Parts: sequence; structure tokens; C-alpha cells
Amino acid sequence: MPHAQLDLNIPTGDEVKTTTCYMCACRCGIRVHLKDQKIRYIDGNPEHPVNRGVICAKGSAGIMQHYSPARLSKPLLRVGERGKREFREIEWDEALALATKWLGDIRATDPDALAFFTGRDQSQALTGWWAQQFGTINYAAHGGFCSVNMAAAGMYTLGGSFWEFGEPDWDLTQYLMLWGVAEDHDSNPIKLGLGKLKARGAKIVAINPVRSGYGAIADEWVPINPGTDGLLAGALIHELLRTDRIDLDYLVRYTNAHYLVIRDPGAADDGLIARNSDGHALCAVRNISKRNPSPPNPPLEGEGYMLARADAIDISPLIVGEYALADGRKAVPAFHLFAERFLSDEYAPDTVTAACGVGADTIRRLARELAETAFDNAIRIPQRWTDANGREHTEMIGRPVAMHAMRGISAHANGFHTCRTLHLLQMLLGAIDTPGSFRYQPPYPKPAPPPNRPGKSRKDNGALDAGPLGYVHAPEDLLVDADGKPRRIDKAFSWEHPFAAHGMLQNVIANAWAGDPRRIDTLFLFMANMGWNSAMNTTQTRQMLTDRDATTGDYRIPRIIYVDAYDSETVAYADLVLPDTTYLERHDCVSMLDRPISDADAASDAIRQPVLQPDRDVRPFQSVLLDLGARLGLPGMVDSNGAAIYRDYADYIVRHERSQGVGLLAGWRGAEGTKKGIGEPNPDQLDRYIENGCFWHEPVPVAGRYYKMANRDYLDWAKNLGFIGSNAPIVLEFYAEKLQRFRLAALGHGAMQPPESERERVAKYFDPLPFYYGSMEIDPASQRNPSPPNPPLEGEGRNPQRGRFDLSAITQRPMFMYHAWGSQNRWLRQIATRNYLYLHPDTAAANGVDDGDWIWLVAPRGRIRVQAKLHAGTSPGTVWTWNAIGKRKGAWALSANAPEDVDGFLLNHLIDESLPRAGESPGYANADPVTGQAAWFDLRVRIERDEAPSHPGHRIDVAARGVAA
Amino acid sequence: MRPSFSIICFTTLSGTGYGLLFLIGIVLVSASPIGSPNSLLIALCVGFVLTSVGLLASLAHLGRPSRAWRAFSQWRSSWLSREGIASLVTVPVMAAVGFALCNPPHGRFTLRALGLLLAACCMVTVTCTARIYSSLPPIRAWHNRFTLPGYLLLGLTGGAVWFCAIVASNAADADSVSLAYSILLANALVIAPASALFKRTYWRHIDALTPITTAVATGLDRLGDASSFEQPHTEENYLTREMGFALARKHSVSLRALAFWTVLAAPLFSVAVALMFGGGLLLTCVLWLVVFASTAAILVERWLFFAEATHSVKSYYN
Amino acid sequence: MTMLPTPSAKKLGLVIDLDTCVGCHACAVACKEWNDGGQFGPLPDSDPYGAQPDGVWFNRVHSYNVLPTSAGSATSAMTVHFPRSCLHCETPACVTVCPTGASYKRADDGIVLVDEDKCIGCQLCAWACPYGAREISEQRGTMQKCTLCVDRIYNETLDPADRQPACVMACPTRARHFGDLGDPNSDISKLVDERDGYALMPEFGYQPVNRYLPPRARRDGNSSAASKTLTDTAIDPQKLPPILRWIDRALSR
Ligand SMILES: Nc1nc2c(c(=O)[nH]1)N[C@H]1C(S)=C(S)[C@@H](COP(=O)(O)OP(=O)(O)OC[C@H]3O[C@@H](n4cnc5c(=O)[nH]c(N)nc54)[C@H](O)[C@@H]3O)O[C@H]1N2
Ligand SMILES: Nc1nc2c(c(=O)[nH]1)N[C@H]1C(S)=C(S)[C@@H](COP(=O)(O)OP(=O)(O)OC[C@H]3O[C@@H](n4cnc5c(=O)[nH]c(N)nc54)[C@H](O)[C@@H]3O)O[C@H]1N2
Ligand code: SF4
Ligand code: SF4
Ligand code: SF4
Ligand code: SF4
Ligand code: SF4
Ligand SMILES: [Mo]
Repeated sequence: MPHAQLDLNIPTGDEVKTTTCYMCACRCGIRVHLKDQKIRYIDGNPEHPVNRGVICAKGSAGIMQHYSPARLSKPLLRVGERGKREFREIEWDEALALATKWLGDIRATDPDALAFFTGRDQSQALTGWWAQQFGTINYAAHGGFCSVNMAAAGMYTLGGSFWEFGEPDWDLTQYLMLWGVAEDHDSNPIKLGLGKLKARGAKIVAINPVRSGYGAIADEWVPINPGTDGLLAGALIHELLRTDRIDLDYLVRYTNAHYLVIRDPGAADDGLIARNSDGHALCAVRNISKRNPSPPNPPLEGEGYMLARADAIDISPLIVGEYALADGRKAVPAFHLFAERFLSDEYAPDTVTAACGVGADTIRRLARELAETAFDNAIRIPQRWTDANGREHTEMIGRPVAMHAMRGISAHANGFHTCRTLHLLQMLLGAIDTPGSFRYQPPYPKPAPPPNRPGKSRKDNGALDAGPLGYVHAPEDLLVDADGKPRRIDKAFSWEHPFAAHGMLQNVIANAWAGDPRRIDTLFLFMANMGWNSAMNTTQTRQMLTDRDATTGDYRIPRIIYVDAYDSETVAYADLVLPDTTYLERHDCVSMLDRPISDADAASDAIRQPVLQPDRDVRPFQSVLLDLGARLGLPGMVDSNGAAIYRDYADYIVRHERSQGVGLLAGWRGAEGTKKGIGEPNPDQLDRYIENGCFWHEPVPVAGRYYKMANRDYLDWAKNLGFIGSNAPIVLEFYAEKLQRFRLAALGHGAMQPPESERERVAKYFDPLPFYYGSMEIDPASQRNPSPPNPPLEGEGRNPQRGRFDLSAITQRPMFMYHAWGSQNRWLRQIATRNYLYLHPDTAAANGVDDGDWIWLVAPRGRIRVQAKLHAGTSPGTVWTWNAIGKRKGAWALSANAPEDVDGFLLNHLIDESLPRAGESPGYANADPVTGQAAWFDLRVRIERDEAPSHPGHRIDVAARGVAA
Repeated sequence: MRPSFSIICFTTLSGTGYGLLFLIGIVLVSASPIGSPNSLLIALCVGFVLTSVGLLASLAHLGRPSRAWRAFSQWRSSWLSREGIASLVTVPVMAAVGFALCNPPHGRFTLRALGLLLAACCMVTVTCTARIYSSLPPIRAWHNRFTLPGYLLLGLTGGAVWFCAIVASNAADADSVSLAYSILLANALVIAPASALFKRTYWRHIDALTPITTAVATGLDRLGDASSFEQPHTEENYLTREMGFALARKHSVSLRALAFWTVLAAPLFSVAVALMFGGGLLLTCVLWLVVFASTAAILVERWLFFAEATHSVKSYYN
Repeated sequence: MTMLPTPSAKKLGLVIDLDTCVGCHACAVACKEWNDGGQFGPLPDSDPYGAQPDGVWFNRVHSYNVLPTSAGSATSAMTVHFPRSCLHCETPACVTVCPTGASYKRADDGIVLVDEDKCIGCQLCAWACPYGAREISEQRGTMQKCTLCVDRIYNETLDPADRQPACVMACPTRARHFGDLGDPNSDISKLVDERDGYALMPEFGYQPVNRYLPPRARRDGNSSAASKTLTDTAIDPQKLPPILRWIDRALSR
């Protein structure tokens, strides 16, 4: 009898609980199978809208994260020097009393002396509100170093974005262009989607210096030189314009391309949109009545046209030409300005080819393929819908060209404009929220940009007048002092980075250390590994954390409170460590007020429920935060008697109302649990979620699935759910007038103007139409051509060895690891315990490097010793590695000789957080001048051989930070 | 393939042991005068010890040695199982031979029959051992027509040097001496050269094997030429350790030469000593030296047998 | 019994689509997780937090550079991901070489299993497998391999939709398919037909049941499929300022 013991009917466990995965920000639904109160198995929840049952490597390995030996188990108080990992375990009472004392003192004197930065936070709806109630402007999560370029360019252009708020139409697209995407937050939906595209035979194009992962299965790999996508996209636009393959009707219906832009150089309103006395934007239309449709041809300036409200319907707007306004001044349609720019030779394929590393013929072919797919293979869905103006349509026309872009675009100092270029390219193709194209995910679209501005001042109760993060619409919204200097510790929303909608966590430590723009008292960090892989310039960042003031002998950053669940590198730098639970031990909320998990066809939000009780003395951070708030007596957290309003986070999720009837969760609201979106709190809400697999999923009405920005069926639905304030159409900002307001300020107009030192920079980068510029630190285009298309910014001349750094160095997310967390996971770390520097065989040969050699990677900041590996799928001008595999000895409960430390490496040691500036304080952030997005991928390097290339071992040679800069 | 010490000991010692036992059997069959049975008895004991130690060594290779008895069950398909059974069957045959030698007088026929049985058992056992390896298609250095004769020949030459040394050490009478001399000559002139030359042919054969390319192993040859970009795991695993063993060419060349010349020359050297100095203590010492050298050479040969063999799974890791 | 059973009509196996696999390792980890806690587990690790972490995996994901050759169909360099697990061969030596009967092929569905209670850990079966689908666990002393999730696919305590291999359920691109390759009308048999699915190294004569679907021809600039000619309505710059070409376009809002 073979296999006597084989029993094929063993139950998987004795209990199954659903919850939401936290092994990355994708937030899939999972089923946790429990056996004897231990986790037997975690698999994907087949009902869940995000992952539909699939689960990635990290998600499955969650079990080993939960049982990781690196879990923290008790609050820790530092007893030795910072960085030495010498702590005393303390009780929670002592820990919270201490934190309350520190924070209470700050709040009483100078609330902004608290810098509260919450890293990879999935509870920003709570933490942002808490910061607001505390009254500090110095709050943000990690977005500034992550993908704010995508978020901001999207929100200021579309009222949605590639980042988190939109997705390709996986079911209908025939042509997908992936711009700089390795993994994205939408890990599983993208993979499910790619699977669908493959099954349908749709074409996938990967624009990426590296061919791996998604790029590996793409039909076409376009190995672009890093940082030059703006040129490539511009050249595609050039070609579409040149060949007249554009969807002009789409532009005039859904965008402001036809809006007239005042052309009056030197005037205070030059470049602003022409408006009538009621403030309505104007356009030029043919001066013809409906009865007489034959236009005078060609219409002469001032003749044959008239001005009309640009949002009027049934008009025939003109999109090129110069027109006179009522006051006699000239104005041109925004499209005209756009076409002038992109039809110029600057964006011709033959011009950009050298800088991009993409053949001119390829560019022309790609443009042709885009047009063929969008126009010759347009989709027509026989679906009735009503547009925002109340007109009925019998069908939905689709452009089955979808684009998706992420950090390959974002993590460059030109990412905002590059991303806007992509959005304009999509608009030209009529490919935003149409069948087959990029689609919004509710609650998006919102007005571009949404109305909420960052809080600036404190109310009587000490709370900020608005949440600390928001969208700056005009110079008046900036957080600058009377001299125009930054108010925030990270310099977000200052003239240096006006649209820093996600803050700039990457510069907090350097700024706080330098006391520029101010000193802080307490740095309160939550799940951001700022002592390692989250930091730029990691070596010196670690020094700043331990650096003492020469005169007082105190740490220059006086206090650090850190909340982590695991023994990360950053734990070593905290004065007080508050240990969090694992994701399977707490309530959590994936809220519509933060970054929900909706897909294009439905609004969704979700919760986490504790599936296991902690076996250590740890507490969920969100509950701790509410507890701290109550101890501090923060408004909204204590009642009139000073008693805590909320028992814990679960209680807050259910009972807290942001505005009447709007809380963290949109599902099962109202006393009976029958309301959606808006409704009084429902005490049983969490039970309803749990019964439904811990998520809420509300489908968009069929007639509202496309053209959401101008589809009444959608807009009414979204308004009823409280997603948007009105059902007015959302106009796509082809022309970003908001930027022009900043440029005008820089040119000396208006009440709020930048200080002299910032004028040139603001004037240059606040261009209302997208443009390409070489990134600040480097300029590959200029290194190849003697005369650069645009002179680089202050990077010029700052580095005497400029030009000698002939390679771009970038990182990619490995699909099986999440940043730093994966290495404590006994399964995931077996996949990659070390990382290599990948380079093209030709690059290796040119540098005398063999496969497997140990070499030096040299950047202006210093050098690191790494192991080289050859990869034909890497573009010859680029070297790359997997992100965050390298670890620091002592962290993550790894043994001292772990390859993560001995052999693996972080590129971060070589990446500047600020551009050096002569003098005391650091220069501009190494970031996008518009948004403050960290320019990780602008790093330029060169390779030097080592004398003993077969002798293994990683080393870091980065000079210590002496005096400032 | 990773040259595992236990398996090398096993195949070398048991091969040699069975070679020795085989010779005992042949001597009995050939009915040549054997002189005092002591030499044969001692040789029989040594053969028993060698094969037993070899088999015990093979147990060390098992993950669950306590369950080794289970290995006798699958004789219908498994050469390892057959080898186990054959080696087990050989034990009572050895005992019978020993009993017969200890309890003369016996009819010539009994001894001849027992000798034949013993020789056959040994031959079968070594054949089984060889077939364990030669029946593994993924290891082309083993899966060929050279493996079996190689095992038989090397077992025989190994057995022969032991035989000579044992008999010479006990040589009380002329019959024993002439027996030792004849085996010595047979080995030096026929068996050892045949083994060495055969081994060389084997090496030529495996050198001529074209490695399975990664493209063929993955079937990606239909697209083009494939090579690893990333391995499934950055550190070593069972497969890369066990089947990914790679021996540097220069080591291989010198070790082969060592094994070849030692197997070939050591017996000849003892013949030369015998010719020059005749029998006696010196020759006995030399013969034991030859035992040592030849056994060591066979160990080297066996080490190479593993170390030079590549497994097809390695093609996935290239 | 390590004698091979008479071939069954039912041949359960996997089909892996190399055209779609992004090399995410989800299948490998889901497999490790399912089996580690199940009746074929644990899948022990050694030195899990140290210098040489290692462990038993039933499924490992490779990735390869593929360069065009004159014989192959690739028109440009490719990266191909390649998951590797047991192919549940029809005539595998991994079964016949086993001295104990621990390694066997199920008569009714062809799944190749190891009975851990019988295995002596001689590793011969691992040597006999050309595909590296068997791994010994040093801690357990026995051989381990892909079970085709036999403890899932027939498990009546699971929801019928869940009676699939863990790796197939996990695969985020749905590049893995499970079914009866003995039935020419099964979905996966048809898929294999359509896509020219192939067996690995058939020359060994093991007759693998699993199939790999080759990456499809890439439609990039190098492929003939991509080069259609452009219907170029390009502007003649001599004629008109290019911008004004749209001046008399009647658009509707
Ligand atoms: N070179 C280079 N560097 C980069 C990037 C790059 O592309 N290249 N990418 C950047 C980007 S976009 C990002 S987002 C960052 C991400 O980098 P980090 O922000 O460092 O992200 P993680 O490593 O994910 O985790 C931060 C901390 O959260 C902790 N943590 C995990 N789970 C929990 C929990 O449940 N509770 C609590 N309290 N803590 C927990 C972890 O232990 C870890 O210490 O890296 C940035 N760094
Ligand atoms: N498995 C896993 N998933 C994750 C994470 C993780 O750590 N692991 N992290 C999450 C986080 S925090 C984030 S922010 C997202 C980020 O998701 P992605 O945006 O996919 O992140 P990156 O890995 O930084 O990928 C950047 C890609 O852009 C390419 N690239 C670099 N420079 C350029 C360029 O100039 N042009 C073009 N076209 N391409 C370029 C790189 O080669 C790489 O493929 O992923 C999230 N998902
Ligand atoms: S993609 Fe992220 S959220 Fe989804 S299963 Fe994987 S780790 Fe979990
Ligand atoms: S793949 Fe290997 S282990 Fe699986 S049946 Fe075939 S030979 Fe046996
Ligand atoms: S290791 Fe186990 S299953 Fe494999 S051949 Fe030996 S006894 Fe059989
Ligand atoms: S079928 Fe099951 S055992 Fe086999 S590889 Fe897939 S998950 Fe692992
Ligand atoms: S899970 Fe699917 S896509 Fe990922 S490696 Fe496995 S087969 Fe490939
Ligand atoms: Mo990120």
C-alpha cells in the first residue's frame, strides 16, 4: 500500500479570518487560516476586488513576518549613546507619560517644534488629523520621497493620477505603455491586468532602462536613458501633431486646451486664462449660427470668430490662432501654445534620439502605433450615458491606448513636468477615462487640483485651521514667513518646492540637523526607516542623527521618538521606541479619506481586524496615538471633561466623523447600516465589514463607468457618496494656469512674491505647459551634446568632475521584497540575501569588468564596493540594483555575518539629499523644484576597478559630514 | 556531482572487497593448489570487512539510516535495492566458503561450487552498484556503457592487490606463493592495465560529451541562447551543492594522471621488486604499499567519478 | 511501489505560461507556505537568519537572458522567467530507482509523491530527476518534492474553487494552469495545443506531463508584424505655418 498515511481531506485549519494584507501598500484581501491559534496558512481572498484571490510572494510570506524574531516586544528607552542600540525596557505607562511630557511641553510653547512624520503610513486619515489637532504644520508621510511627482502632476492635471488613483482599462486596452514601472503599489492588480492583456494579445511596451519583471513580458522594450522620458513623450507628441493624429474633439470637450490664454508679456495676467467679467473662462468660436454652418474660411483675426464661455456647449471652439479680447489684448488658445512648443525641432525625434537613446525611427513607429490603436481601432460601446451638461449619448467611444507610469518618471527632478507631458499625450489621444484607456478610480476624479489647502495657522484651541497637507493653488497658500522663507521643517510648500503636496520627509533630518529653516525639539517618526533605506545620503544621515551641538553638547536633533514593529536600523537612533503590533494583531482602516483601494469600476475601502492577540507587550500605534492625544488633551480627542472620547482606533474608525455623516469608512453607515458614503456612525459597522471579508465595494453605475470627469451618471453617484462636492464637470488641466500664477509672482506680480533668490527658479519651473529639462544634478542630454537643450540648473559647475560620471545608477523594487522589511523574513531572504550591480556586457567590457567582479561604484559623494553582474537587459548607459536588500549589521535580528551586510549594499549612500551649496546650510533638496519629489534616479556614477576583484566584501567610503555641506 | 565521502568510501571499499572475494571464488573454482587455507580465510575475512565497512559507509549517506532495511523491498525496479539484496546474499555465501575452508576435507566440487557462487555474487553485487549510477540518465558521465566495466575492472584490480598482499603475508608454503605470484602477474599485466586504460577511455568519453545548454534544458532554444540572469536564490541550495559541483580542469587533469599511473604502475612496480629481490619481507612490504597506493588511487578515481559528473540540473543554473 | 503503474488516462499536471510569467516568486512562496504547514511539511530551513540561509523549496523561479541566434525565433534580447518544479513525468526514473518504495507514482492520476515514512534519504531519486525537482531535507533526512498539492486538489474540506494547487491559486498573472493533460479536451490540453506547449528535455524519455508555453513572438521594431507603413499626413512646412493647419477644423463641444 503506497503512502499509508496519506489523508487527502485534512482541513486547512480550524478557523479562517479575513483581513487586509500589509506586506505592501497594495492592500489585498487575505484569508488567514488558523490552527490551534497559530497561523497555518495565508492565501488570497477570492472575493476581494483588489486581488481576486491571488497573492504575491510577500503576502504568502506574511506568516514569517508575523513570527519574525525581529519583532519588538516592549517599549524601549535609550540608555547608551544614540545609534548604539543600548536600551532599557520600560512599561507602557512610563513610555506614554514620557512622550506626553515631551509633546505637552512642545505644544505649550511651539507646536511646530514637533516634526511628526509617518513614513509608510496607511492611516494618514488619522495621523494627519492628529497632527492638525496637535497644531503642528510639520507633518507628512513618506510621499515626498516616493511618488509625489506622479500624484501632484496627476492631481493638478487630471484630478486623478497614475499613482494610486487610476489604472489602465485592463479589459479593453489594446496597447499599454508602461513608463518606468517595476512593481508599483498596485502590485497584484497590475499583474492580474497584464495577465489579461496577454490572454487577449494586447501589445505591451515597456519604457525602461532595464528589462526585467513586467518589461520581460512586454512586446517591446524601449531602453531609455534615465531622466529623458519627457523628451521621448514630447517627441511622440511632436509626431502626433505633425501627422495630425490627435483627438481635438476630446480636447475641447474635456480639457481646457481651447481656453484662451492672455498674451500680454509683462502684464500681471500674462499667461492667465482670459475670463469674462463673471470669471468664466473664454474661448474663441466660429462666428456662425447653427443655421449657417459654413465657416468663413480662413477666419481672419478679429473676424469670423467670437468669444464665448469656454464651458458652453454646442459650440465649435477654435484651438489655434490669435484672438482679440474685449479689452483689445491678444489671446491664444492654450493648444496653440502647446502645439508651438511641441512642434518645434526641440522635440523632433531626430533631435531627442541621442539624449533618449531611442532611435528616431522607433519613436516615429511608436507614435504611429499609438495613433493607429487609438483612432483606427477605436472602441464603440453601445452604452447610453448622460454628460455633465445633460446631453444624452448613445455610445461610449474608446481609445484603447493605456499608459501607466510610476517612479521611473517620478524619481527624477524633472518628473512633474514629464508626468504632465504624459498626461497631455494621453489627452491628445483622447485616452483618459474612455473605454480602453487610463481610467480613474473613485473617489477620483476630483477637481484638478482639489480644493483643500494645507493648514497654515492655529485656531484658539491650538489646532491647525486645516490638515497640514493639501494642494497649493496660489502663492497665498504657501507656508512661508514674511521674508518668503520656508516655515516647514522640510521646506515643503515653500518657494523652493511650492507643490510639495506630500511633504518632503527625505529632508527633515538634514534640515533639523542644520537648523534650517529652524530647529525642532522632537522628531516623531512612525514606520519610516530613515536610518537606512528611506534616507538619501544614508551614511551622513546616520551621522546627523547622532551629531551633538558643539556648544551645548546636546544632540542637534534633541529627541527622537520612533514607532516600529520590528528592529529596523532606525530603532537604534530613537530615544524612545514604541513597539507596534504586527498587521495581524490590530484594527486598521483603508479609508476613502486617504488612499482607498477602489478600482475603476467601484469604490472600495477596507479594514484590518486582529486575527491574533499579541503575545508581547506591544500596542497598535493608532490606538497609542489616540491615547497620547487624550493625555495631551488634544481637541477632538477629549470631551469637555477631559476624558478620552475614543476607546481605541477601532472605536475611532466607527465613531469619528470628519464632517457630518462622513467618517473613515464609507460602507454600512447610518444607524441601521443601510447608508453608503454619508450617514451617521453605525456601531456595528466593523462587524458588517468583517462579514463581508473586511472590505466594502460599491460598483460605479454602468452608465457612469467612463468619461467620469464629465459623466453625470458618475458625478451624481460620486456626489451622493460624498466623494465630490458638486456634479459639475471636472475640466482636465491641459494648461495648468495654477503654475502660471507662481511664475507671475516670480516675475514680480501680486502680493506674495518669492524672495529674490528664488525668482529665477520659480519662473523657470512654473511653466503652465510641460517641458523637458535635464535633471538638476546631472544632464545626460548635455553630456552627450555639446549644447544642451536647456541649460541645467545649479548643478552646473557644482561638481568639478562633472562629465566624468558617465553612467546613471538606479534601483528597482524586487517583486518578492518590500523595502527593508523582507530581510527579516526567513523565506523571502532566501530569494535574495545580497544584491548585485547589474550592468550591460558592453558597459562591463568598456570598464574592464568581468561578471562577478567586485568593483567600486563612484559618485561625487563617495564610493561603495559592490559586486558586478552582467545583464543584457540593461541599457548600456545605466547600472542598477535591487532596492533595499543591503542591511546594516545589528538590525533585523540577522546574524552579524549576514550577506545583507557583508556583501549586499544600498545605493542610498551615494545619493544626495540636498545639493551642496557653498556656505553653512545645505542647498536645495535634491528634488523636483515643483513638488519636492526626491530625485533618487538622477544619480550619476562611474565604475572603477578594484585591485582584487575576486575578493568579496562590500565597503562604504563616504566622507563624514564635517561642517555643514 | 558532489563527491560525498561516504559514497566514495562505499563504492571503493565495497568494490575492492568484492573484487577480493571474487578472486577467492575464482581461485576456488580454478581448483589450483591453494596451499594452506589460512591465506584464503584471512582474505575472506578482509573481504568481509571491506565490503561491510563499505556498506556501512553507504549508510552514513542516508538521511534515515535506521530505515535502511526498507531498501531491500524494491528489487523489481531499483538497482540500489538489488545491490542491497545481492550484498546481503553474498554474506551467507562468504560464511559457507569460510566454513568449508575451515572444515576440510571437502570434496573439490563443494569448494568449486561455493567459489563459483561467491564469484557470481560478487560480480552481481558490483554490477548492481555500477548500475545504480549508470541507470541515472541525467548524469551522462555515468549513464553510459563504460560505467559498469569500469566498476568491475577497478574492483578486480583493487581486490587483486589486496589478495596478493594478504597471501604474501601468509605465504607459508609454495602453493600459496605461486598463487600470489600468478595473481600478481595477472593483475600487473592484464587487470590493472586494462582498468587504467579503460578508465582513460572513459575519461575521453566524458570529455567528449557536449554539455546540455541552458537553452536546451529550458526549451528556450526555440527562441535563442539562454543564460542565467538571476538564480532563484542568491545563496547555495541543495541542488547547487549536490549537483552543481564543478571541478577545475587543471585539478582534474592532475588527479586523473595520478589515478591512472598509480593503478597502472603500482602492481608493475611490485612485479619488478619481486623479479629483482624475490619474495620475502621486502616484497610483502611493497605489496602492502601497493595496496595502499592502489586503493588511494581508486579513491581518487572514484572521487573524480563523482566530481567530474555533471547533472542536467546544472544547466538550469548556468 | 516503485514499479511504474500502467499509465493512467488521467494525467494531472501544470502548464506554465512563460509568455506571461513576470518572475514574481509568488508561486514559489505560496508553495513553501502551503506545504510547510501541511502534511508533506515542514519544509525546513537552515541558518534562516544567518550567513547561509537555505531551505527546501518545491518550486524555484529562475530568470534568463535570451539572446537571438540564427536558429531561434527571438528577434531581440529577452528576459524570460522560468519557474521549475516537478513535472510529474509519466516514466520517471526518480520512481524506479527508489529502493524503498517511498517514491511512487499514483496509479489513478499520475502524481509523483514521496512517502516520507518510507524514505531513507538515499537521494538517488534526486539524482535521477533531470529537472532538479527533488530536494532532501537535511533536518528531516528525507526527500521532498512538489506534491501537485494532492492534499488540496481532492480536499473535500476545501471549497471546490480552492481545490487547486497553491501555486496556481497564488499566481498573480495567472501564468500557471492546472488540469488533466491526459484529456485532450481539457482546457489546459487545448491551451497547450494552441500555444505549442512543450515538455522539458524530452530526450531523457521521462515524458514529463507538465508543459511550458513558450514566450510569444515579440511585436517590437524588429518583428515583421510591427512594420506597417505610415499613412503620413505630415505637414508641408513650406505651405502654411504648421500650427494653422487646425484653423478651420470644426470641432464640437
Ligand atoms: N535607493 C533607493 N532608495 C529608496 C527608494 C528607491 O527607489 N531607491 N524608494 C524610496 C521609497 S519610494 C520609499 S516608499 C521608501 C521606503 O522605505 P521605508 O520607508 O524605509 O520602508 P520600509 O522598509 O517599508 O519600512 C519602514 C519601517 O516600517 C516598519 N514597519 C513595518 N511594518 C510595520 C508595522 O506594522 N508597524 C510599524 N509601526 N512599523 C512597521 C519597518 O520595520 C521599517 O522599519 O524607500 C525609499 N528609498
Ligand atoms: N514588491 C514590492 N512592491 C512594491 C514596493 C516594494 O518595495 N516591493 N514598494 C512600493 C513603493 S513604496 C512604491 S513607491 C512603488 C514603486 O513602484 P515602481 O514605480 O514600480 O518602483 P521602482 O522599483 O522604483 O521602479 C522604477 C522603475 O523605473 C525604471 N526607471 C528608472 N529611471 C527611469 C527613467 O528615467 N525612465 C524610465 N522610463 N524608467 C526609469 C526602473 O528601471 C524601474 O523599473 O512600489 C510599491 N510596491
Ligand atoms: S501585493 Fe501587497 S498587499 Fe497584496 S498580497 Fe502582496 S504584499 Fe500583500
Ligand atoms: S520531474 Fe523529476 S521528480 Fe518529477 S516526476 Fe519527473 S523525474 Fe520525477
Ligand atoms: S531518497 Fe527516499 S524517495 Fe528518494 S530514492 Fe531514496 S528512499 Fe526513495
Ligand atoms: S503544485 Fe503544490 S506542491 Fe507543486 S509547486 Fe505548486 S504549490 Fe508546490
Ligand atoms: S507566480 Fe506566476 S508570474 Fe509569478 S513567478 Fe510564479 S508563475 Fe511566474
Ligand atoms: Mo514608495
